[in-house]
Amino acid sequence: MSSITPQEIKQEFLKSKIGIVGITILGILIVTSIIAIIAIPVETFQEWNNPGNWISYPKVAIPIWINIFMTEKIPEHKILENPHIQTNSEGEIILSSHKFGVNFDYELFPNDFIYVFSSEYSESALLQMSVTRPDGIKLELLSTSLPYSNTKTIHSERIFSTDDAIKKNLLLQSEIFDFNLEGLSTEDIVFSDTKANVPLKGDYIFSIDTYSINSEIKSHESKLIIGGKAFGMMGTDELRRDLAIGLLWGTPLALFIGLVVSIASVIMGLLYGVYAGFKGKKTDEVMMRFNDVIYALPALPFLIILSVTISNSIFVLVGFLMIFGWVGIAKVARSMSLQIKTRGYVDAANMMGQKNSKIVLKHILPQLLPYAFASIAISVPAAITTEAGLSFLGLGDPSFPTWGHILHDANTFGAAARGLWWWIMPPGVMIAITGLAFVFIGNALDAIVNPKLKR
Amino acid sequence: MKRYVATRAATMFGVLMVTLLITISLVGSNMDTILKQGIVFQVRSEITENPAIAESFSSVEEFETFIQSQIEQRTKVLGLDEPWYSPQRIGLTMYKILLLDFGHATFLTSDAGSSDVKDIIFEKLPRTILLFTTATIVISVMGIFLGALSASKVGSVIDRITSSFAIISSSFPVWWIGMLMIFLFAFTYQIFPARATPDIPSSDPGYVGSLLYHMALPLITIVMIGFGSWAYLVRNFMVGIMQEDFIMAKRTIGIKQKKIIYSHALKNAAPPIVTILALSLSGSLGGAIITEAVFDWPGMGRLYFEAITVMDLPVIIGATYILTVFFLVSIFIADLLYGYFDPRVRTGNE
Repeated sequence: MSSITPQEIKQEFLKSKIGIVGITILGILIVTSIIAIIAIPVETFQEWNNPGNWISYPKVAIPIWINIFMTEKIPEHKILENPHIQTNSEGEIILSSHKFGVNFDYELFPNDFIYVFSSEYSESALLQMSVTRPDGIKLELLSTSLPYSNTKTIHSERIFSTDDAIKKNLLLQSEIFDFNLEGLSTEDIVFSDTKANVPLKGDYIFSIDTYSINSEIKSHESKLIIGGKAFGMMGTDELRRDLAIGLLWGTPLALFIGLVVSIASVIMGLLYGVYAGFKGKKTDEVMMRFNDVIYALPALPFLIILSVTISNSIFVLVGFLMIFGWVGIAKVARSMSLQIKTRGYVDAANMMGQKNSKIVLKHILPQLLPYAFASIAISVPAAITTEAGLSFLGLGDPSFPTWGHILHDANTFGAAARGLWWWIMPPGVMIAITGLAFVFIGNALDAIVNPKLKR
Repeated sequence: MKRYVATRAATMFGVLMVTLLITISLVGSNMDTILKQGIVFQVRSEITENPAIAESFSSVEEFETFIQSQIEQRTKVLGLDEPWYSPQRIGLTMYKILLLDFGHATFLTSDAGSSDVKDIIFEKLPRTILLFTTATIVISVMGIFLGALSASKVGSVIDRITSSFAIISSSFPVWWIGMLMIFLFAFTYQIFPARATPDIPSSDPGYVGSLLYHMALPLITIVMIGFGSWAYLVRNFMVGIMQEDFIMAKRTIGIKQKKIIYSHALKNAAPPIVTILALSLSGSLGGAIITEAVFDWPGMGRLYFEAITVMDLPVIIGATYILTVFFLVSIFIADLLYGYFDPRVRTGNE
């Protein structure tokens, strides 16, 4: 125990390389959290478990950046939301035409294509869907009437490429293709070369024409989804969720859990230990026995029982983690305060008639602060990994996409067996990086507080 | 020394009782509901199996009251008419648990088919001990050797690699590395089996071999994550001791560095190392829950996890009790060892 001023700590800390690395990583994580909180609305992550929210996303899609390293490009999942809209009227008939341009240059066929729309019209309306291919051929895909209505109505529908009518229409145009269309799926025909059944690269234009009589059609939603096997920066999972959102939101959650648990447990442990050490005698004995009891409880089984029987809300869980977090720190704080108590200035303060609380707060606690900061940093990773472990067992808070929870889902859907590395790697790496940042900072502080280890 | 042992033993026993009490109070109300439902189910099924009982009643109401009285009678026999928190029942439950009488599991059975919780636990326990004790031994041997090596050359390449490996590996969750290992060595390169449960019956002569083969992947994972921090710990102890005066003195006399490290310094670093070894053995048992769930290793951890998922309360109570006993025994041993090696502790003078 030596007294170090905050300035000295700062100076020493800036000299330590790993300390700076740790602070840099932590800074990046904090920036990521801020971006997550600002850029991704809270509603999105509350919708994490709502399958309806993710319906236009692909299942288990690989991250798109993988295409940089691939010679055979994997088709990207494309969601086209802004069609080129044209409205013409010929007498009573009003035509509203939506055109989507798609640049397709992959070696594989897309998975499917889906047209999602929601339009407002009255009386009858007719929808025609066609595609103009890079080779100039125009394929008629579908022509269907929307349900008749006397009043103004909003009709929403999803037209899937698996629609039987589309298949029939394509079979009627089979003379364009040199091969047999029987048994091929729609997207394999639409995106195929005419000579052989291989993908035809180039610009496709999907046009959806809606005709109505007397009333103009108002489009509320018009989206064309070209189903692919690659999507987003981080890919998607079995439930079509965008993993990038889960990973981003996991950052503030992990920092919150780690920091709150460790700061609170260090403060609790510090006050408890210092008080026990300062009081001494019977109080000390009783307090340390209680400390022994908590210390001897097996933490993980108890955390599991607590989260199953009481509540698995993330905030309650933070409280449970604190129960087991303060014990070790209290022990060290007690022995440190026992040493400080014997120093002259504490005796002097005592003799001057200062109150006990003042002596503890003014003369003993400040001496322990460097140690406290080091232990906060060191105990963060444990809190994060414990919470992740509980979530991994499926006992965490299901409404928050924590990293452990993502890994739990990955394990349930057998991601390891199916080779879905983008579902397993990033959450674990994030846990490890966050842990590392704090371990680095903690080690740098520890080396300053305990100079013996440095030599 | 006797007084020291006695106080420690008393504390440990107290902790055990507190743990039991907390466990019972956490699951007690659920347990009662389940037991009562069990009785109702039992009575109903007995009556449906035996149509003669139903025929002997003239009216439906009479029949219903008969069933009710049957249920009440059995509830009373089992003492369920009193709430679970009545001192009598808690006392009885704790007494039973102390004697390892955990009752029968609600859903889970042992591999041999017994539903007695004691049978289930004692079937799983040796497997957990096998895996984690082996891992701890490997870890500590590697750790002590590497730690001593890097302490002898502070600042060297080996020292730096060990220290940074220790720091990095300590922030990776073991179970995540386990998932990666399964992904890599069970599916991408099919060297080891993905499920650690041996697929042949335990009576087969090849069972031991199969068990060891299935154990390889979890063992490698646990060792990989564990030995770094051990080596770092040993190194730090050794570095501390190498600065002591008596080592300096030995050095000035001219005793070789190697001899100083491996015989004098290591001997002095032994007490904390042995103590932490005892603690980490038991600590690994608690951590077993997640690791075993990942690797599907048929031990205590997976049993605990299964019991939690189906809320099999007798098994939960039994497993928590056994885990706590192991944990406490090793803390106790660690305490005694520490007191034995370091007389300052047992006299109680600070």
